Amino acid sequence: MSSVDAHVVVLGAGHAGGTLVALLRQYGFTGPITMVGDEPVAPYQRPPLSKAWLKGEADEDSLALKPLEFYAENQIDFRPNIAAVALKRAEKTVTLSDGSTVSYDILVIATGMRPNKLPLPGAELSGVLSLRSAADAEELKGHLKPGHHIAIIGGGYIGLEVAASARALGADATVFERESRILARSACEVLSTFFADYHRARGVTFELGAQIERLLGEGGKVTAVKMTDGRVIAADAVLVGVGGKPNDEIAADAGLETARGVVVDLEARSSDPSIFAIGDCSHRPLPHYDRMFGPESVPSALEQAKQVAAAITGRPAPSPEVPWNWSDQYDLKLQIAGLPFDADKILVRGDPASGKFAIFHLKGDQVQSVEAVNAPPEYMMGRQLIGNRKPVNLDRLADPSVSMKEVAA
Amino acid sequence: MAKITYIEHSGTEHVIDVKNGLTVMEGAVKNNVPGIDADCGGACACATCHVYVDDAWESKTGTKSAMEESMLDFAENVEPNSRLSCQIKVSDELEGLVVRMPESQH
Repeated sequence: MSSVDAHVVVLGAGHAGGTLVALLRQYGFTGPITMVGDEPVAPYQRPPLSKAWLKGEADEDSLALKPLEFYAENQIDFRPNIAAVALKRAEKTVTLSDGSTVSYDILVIATGMRPNKLPLPGAELSGVLSLRSAADAEELKGHLKPGHHIAIIGGGYIGLEVAASARALGADATVFERESRILARSACEVLSTFFADYHRARGVTFELGAQIERLLGEGGKVTAVKMTDGRVIAADAVLVGVGGKPNDEIAADAGLETARGVVVDLEARSSDPSIFAIGDCSHRPLPHYDRMFGPESVPSALEQAKQVAAAITGRPAPSPEVPWNWSDQYDLKLQIAGLPFDADKILVRGDPASGKFAIFHLKGDQVQSVEAVNAPPEYMMGRQLIGNRKPVNLDRLADPSVSMKEVAA
Repeated sequence: MAKITYIEHSGTEHVIDVKNGLTVMEGAVKNNVPGIDADCGGACACATCHVYVDDAWESKTGTKSAMEESMLDFAENVEPNSRLSCQIKVSDELEGLVVRMPESQH
């Protein structure tokens, strides 16, 4: 479908929506574009919020995907501080939070996710923070200074990146994780152990298998974490990083198919042919794994933005990318390619004690995913092997003296 | 400020004034120049901001870090003058820089 004059309305001005509108113009789309976002600023990169922003190495300008004037110069009607309230598919209109209504020919839902709240008493105290927006990051930044102690609830990537930033800024950090190991949901045990040890050696405290009873406060402000075993751990601030939920209600309420996100196909098209969904609010196919998933990652959002821009402008669909992601903590660069679905074997290449190694998740002799720490060759070649499904010799893969080029040859 | 010429694989040229302190990648992305994807936003994590630097500029664009070298070693269509444009900081020194893009970043 090529729809040169269609009115494209994008709900959400995050990494996904912002990338899509720029790509539409890049691909020569000349029709009207409207993009609404509930934040006060134009689309920006979120990954640096847990790192460079906290350390004062990034600001709104540097993180902006495009300068603000870009939108007007490119005839993109960007409306900040506005959320979508209701979708009426029969009329092809969306009601917005300012009371106005916008009509679309093509709608793109790019409403992202929202952080889960801590389901415990005290969660409403001031100083209990989440990290999703630049405003969140700015508030968190004020608490990360020498002499301050931040309690981080949730040992996932956001929690660990904030812990590393806190230590770099001289603040103390304790990570509370309900499971018996950090990264329990997203990484294997070898990686969990490596990261926990690396953080401990840099002064981070872990409470694993942590049972929190409630947060305590004084004068409306959080002061401590109270454990069910009776211990009270003082904190100047609490960061809650316990996952998120796709903002898919507007789609579900309008009768679109949802399943922890708006269900879309390989063009990022929903069950309504006039409506696409991209980024963290979508539930998408992963052709390399023959299943549906919500990768909750920037690269996935960018890939879907390309899919939609291609579909709207009638370009050939881009070939599917291998899912990937990364995390920076201290001097460690973790690069992850693929997802460990259906893996029956884990192979560690290199010695974790050296701070440079990779964990391959294999299904027979095929690489399903790789987690590479300070190991770009393993990441880059692993990504190619996941993409081309080439079988590998496991003995050679396990031997770091055999180069990755030889392994893949 | 430096005037940088970005040349797409198709031959289309984009001449952009890029502020000092930004990277060559940011100069392209913030001006919506096609051909540099920069999925990771400059973290040297993805190798999707690959460019070829004209020989005359090789010394002025600085040396590659071990990480950049290693990423490029495994990227596709790499040449001796390949660089990751997120790792080249813009300064007055780079006035007139010309970079060319590969056919694809993925």
